[in-house]
Amino acid sequence: MSATPLHKKVATRGHLKIQDAHKVYDPEGAAVLAVDNCSLEIQPGEICMIVGPSGCGKTTLLNAIAGFHSLTSGTIHLDGEMLCGPGKPKAEPGADRIVVFQNGALFPWKTNLENVAFGPIMQGTMSPQEAREKARAIMADAGLSGMENNYPGEISSGVRRRVEIVRALMNDPKVLLLDEPYRALDSLTKSVMHEALLEIYYRNQVTIFFITHDLEEAIFLGHRVVIMTTRPCKPKKILTVDIPHPRDYSVLTSPRFRELMDETMEAVHEEAVKAFAAGEREG
Amino acid sequence: MRLAEEMKKRLFDPTRLRAIFAIVVFVVLWELGSRSKDWFGYAAPWISVIPAPDAVIVVWWGLLGDAGYWQSGYLSLLRVLSGFGAALLIGVPLGLLMALSRNFYGIVFPTFEVLRPIPPLAWVPAAIIFWPTQELSIAFITFLGAFYTIVINTVDGAKSIDPRYFEAARAMGSSGWDVFRRIILPGTLPSITLGAAVGMGIVWEVVVAAEMISGGGSSMGGAGASGAGGGLGFFIWNSYTGGSYEQIVVGMLSIGIAGYLSSGGLRMLGEWITPWLRVR
Amino acid sequence: MPGLTVVFTEWVSKNPPYGLSIYTPEYYQHVLTSVQRVAIAFGLATLLGVPFGLLLGWSRKFKDFVFPVFEILRPIPALAWVPLAILMFKGTESPVIFITFLPAFFATTLNTMLGVHSIDESYIRAAYCLGAKRAQIFRHVVLPGALPFIFTGLQISMGVGWFSLVAGEMISGEYGLGYVIYSGYTLVSYPVIAIGMITLGLVGWISSALVRIVGTSLMQWRVRSLGLGDGS
Repeated sequence: MSATPLHKKVATRGHLKIQDAHKVYDPEGAAVLAVDNCSLEIQPGEICMIVGPSGCGKTTLLNAIAGFHSLTSGTIHLDGEMLCGPGKPKAEPGADRIVVFQNGALFPWKTNLENVAFGPIMQGTMSPQEAREKARAIMADAGLSGMENNYPGEISSGVRRRVEIVRALMNDPKVLLLDEPYRALDSLTKSVMHEALLEIYYRNQVTIFFITHDLEEAIFLGHRVVIMTTRPCKPKKILTVDIPHPRDYSVLTSPRFRELMDETMEAVHEEAVKAFAAGEREG
Repeated sequence: MRLAEEMKKRLFDPTRLRAIFAIVVFVVLWELGSRSKDWFGYAAPWISVIPAPDAVIVVWWGLLGDAGYWQSGYLSLLRVLSGFGAALLIGVPLGLLMALSRNFYGIVFPTFEVLRPIPPLAWVPAAIIFWPTQELSIAFITFLGAFYTIVINTVDGAKSIDPRYFEAARAMGSSGWDVFRRIILPGTLPSITLGAAVGMGIVWEVVVAAEMISGGGSSMGGAGASGAGGGLGFFIWNSYTGGSYEQIVVGMLSIGIAGYLSSGGLRMLGEWITPWLRVR
Repeated sequence: MPGLTVVFTEWVSKNPPYGLSIYTPEYYQHVLTSVQRVAIAFGLATLLGVPFGLLLGWSRKFKDFVFPVFEILRPIPALAWVPLAILMFKGTESPVIFITFLPAFFATTLNTMLGVHSIDESYIRAAYCLGAKRAQIFRHVVLPGALPFIFTGLQISMGVGWFSLVAGEMISGEYGLGYVIYSGYTLVSYPVIAIGMITLGLVGWISSALVRIVGTSLMQWRVRSLGLGDGS
């Protein structure tokens, strides 16, 4: 399946290919199959939305790509390079795939500027001086001027998410891995966040792997929406969102948007009921 | 089948094996250090004056049949429990009052904060002068040791209860007593348990010190020369003045075990009375 | 017990009937001796306890091998070490410092370790994502992340330090506030006991406040984050 053509420049990096991913957890002898025979290909510069019930194993998949956890079997390639696969069950975490966490992971003891400048300084690709200058510039681009010297605890959680995404983009990653980043936000803030994310995306054309269980969010942002089955996790339905980018919030009221919502709602609901019956806890 | 596998897994759990290994190495090093002068002709610093573990065990084994040893332990435990019990009985209501009444808090808390930085043991002479018997003065100091922690934790616990619970209770028609019994008490229990656990540790410190100071000091006497009347703290001090160094270590380890068991017991009790905190 | 007025007049008297007031040099010598002992013990406990606790929290293996022994020794009250301390360290100074050091060290180590455990896994993962190496994570994530707990530990450490010092000075010693209180008792000069206690409370309070001030100045982010932002 090919992604919807992207507008403006065409991205050339960030081609993510997951083949036959399996993950079995073994806590205290009870083998739990979290991911089963999952294959998915994400094109360079695509926004791929992963939707599924809580605890279905989406995050397991993200952790495997990021290199936090191993896969039991299967391979993941990024731009032709094998991240993990036979003989190398666990990928090496790196700045080409940056995670934006559910509860936010800006270091509370560093100022926003220090947070944004953190990556290049750690990797040694920039001097601290250069990194801070670039961080200042990139924050200004994202409309975050004036809060460079604040600590993350001093700004609202919505702004914190934006700073965190900027911190990721500072490293020029191939893929952004977002794990329900807007889950804790109210729907009004969320809508602002969505437009801000798209704006950043139009400028950077970075591949985005975005986990959510908000269907509206998924269809509004994504080129494709992958609906996952409840545990074990594998794609149940893949929906191509044929609403052209750039999008803004008027899209939400368009007939095509409602049609797509209807088309996917049933599949999502079915899995949610299954997950509920299985007693999955939030998490 | 499952059970056997489980047992095997537990038995060969690396953390457990490492713990056993660590303790064995510790005991061997201790033995080598203690005997370094005899065995290698070189006295290892500090540790060479400490009796070797095997000698300690021999002495300990002998003491297990000694009524005086058990009597000491019993006395210390009695003091710990009475002081701790008093701290709990007085500290919890006081803490709750402080949390519930702004006026009471305003009056009591400043005094409390002025007295708190004075270490309990600094009260030893004052307590001896004030209280008619030595037993009461030890009990008082022991009480002080746990008292502050218990009060502070009770106040913090009661103040941290979500006010919406009170509103909900009132909306459902609860009386003042109901609110106290069903919300304030259970809401405060976790932090009371925490304060009690910390207090228990301090209480053992205080009892040992008080027994040493009052029994082993020059003029405070009072305990029998056998050490049987002075508790474990005096048992240690008496062993020291009597030159039986193995007994010192026996006393230390006995107090360690007793302290560990009482904290453990308290923790279990705490878990039992706060079942809603149990995680699946 | 002596009345407060008796204590107070003795305390500020130029010619104290019981021999101890703010005008007698001995008073300051006692205070200074105690402060010095606590400072040395507290310093040592911090210098050894913080790195040790960080290591325990950071390396699973290290903890597995070392922590069991630590946990065996920890329940033994510091004061129970007095006789062994006297045997191990000659003189009067080192045993008292050792007794003060021991519980301070345990408190510092334990809280530092808990501090490392308290750090949200996401921070460490985020740092790995951003290309940090293990050593860099230790410096930029583990150390600042554990700092609030470390300072809680230092507060406790200061408290238990004074606690043990007093007992240590009462049992053996020729100087220090614990000794003042004890000798006040044996010499039946009761106002001196009260002066000793009040001074002890005061000095103890000041030293805790100092730890708190250093803590706040090192953790500006906490001060500035509290109450601001929406906390989620």
